[in-house]
Amino acid sequence: MTRRVPANLAMLMLVAMIVADYIASPPNPYQQPAIVALGSGASSAGGFCGSLPE
Amino acid sequence: MESVAVAVWPRRTGLIVTAVAVVLAVMILVGVRQGLLLAVGLGFGLTLEGLRFGFAGPWRAMILRREPSGMYAHLLAIGLVAVVALPLIAARNGELAGALAPVGWAMIGGAFVFGIAMQVVLGCGSGTLVNVGSGNPVSFAALPFFAIGSFAGAYHLFWWTDLGSLPAVGVSGWSGVAATLAALAAVAVVLHRCGAAGQRRLHTRHLVAACLVSALALANLVVAGQPWGVVYGLGLWAAKGATALGADLSGSAFWSASESVARVNENVLLDVTSLTNIGIMLGAYLVASWRRGALASRVPNLPLRAWIATAVAGLLLGYSSRLAFGCNVGAFFSGISTGSLHGWVWFAAAFAGSMLGVQLRPRLGLEPRQ
Repeated sequence: MTRRVPANLAMLMLVAMIVADYIASPPNPYQQPAIVALGSGASSAGGFCGSLPE
Repeated sequence: MESVAVAVWPRRTGLIVTAVAVVLAVMILVGVRQGLLLAVGLGFGLTLEGLRFGFAGPWRAMILRREPSGMYAHLLAIGLVAVVALPLIAARNGELAGALAPVGWAMIGGAFVFGIAMQVVLGCGSGTLVNVGSGNPVSFAALPFFAIGSFAGAYHLFWWTDLGSLPAVGVSGWSGVAATLAALAAVAVVLHRCGAAGQRRLHTRHLVAACLVSALALANLVVAGQPWGVVYGLGLWAAKGATALGADLSGSAFWSASESVARVNENVLLDVTSLTNIGIMLGAYLVASWRRGALASRVPNLPLRAWIATAVAGLLLGYSSRLAFGCNVGAFFSGISTGSLHGWVWFAAAFAGSMLGVQLRPRLGLEPRQ
């Protein structure tokens, strides 16, 4: 077996996860945050490994 | 020679077109910011795989061969980010957030265990993603366990933090830049003194990688409003999987928090760290596909104990990195570069763990014994 097998399998699994998730919970592209956070005036609110939920 | 070039270029053109198409598709179907973050992740993947740069490898090189070049590059990249990020966060506090986290018993223990495990599989958070994209079978086997471990670590996180931790403290602004650069310089001096004679220089490849990684990390901060991270996204993928299979996460203070519930229920492409993680894997895959023969090499024939060790190490990587408030990326790189004390403590504990991990790797069958 060559490295092509795990590499291609990983990409297939990634695509499958994204497609399945897109079907289960489609995003709304008309509800977008500002393109760039800097200068947006909005608070940073993404999930991060160094932060705990409130 | 000419026929080889004729065969290679349509494939390579296809790789470039694919990358651009994926970013544009995310911009249209999800959002422009999300497309930009995917592009940043792609940049990380292209840089890390293209220049064969990472975190576990340079630490191993320093421990086993006393070659400090890769670690010099880490310090340089962190310093470059700090010079821009610390004043920027101080000026735009709220819009931009640093990787500030508390130092505690679980955090220190988690970093130590992470250091061991990352040397066993020879891949940290970003390294595992890069290796998966480039067809490394050990990282491919470790990644699902990494995600499950990250999910489980977050599930129990409040229990661990209740064991005792200090308030999150750090430095900020220009005084923070001065303190961070002084501390980075002190570490560089120690590395220089410990380095083997004739090995005490920064290689050009590492210099270029440090500059590119720091530019991408700053782009991540400016676009997302938060520093570069990895392990949150992996735990979120496992949480989504668990929920899809009918698991009830209400028993976890972490996963039942309203913002966690919202992220589990919303599209994965709205999560910052998921986007950059996907980009890293895709970028590494593109580089491996671009390089002639990179994906054609045979995978090693490892003993059963090596695969068992890989699964256990993967779980530990995920679990410990949540207790430690990050991996090499979220805690060491982003923590120190945005002024968090926990980044320095993480560095010391994880490096001590790595010294043990490099000894364990051959014993577990993942490389020949010397």
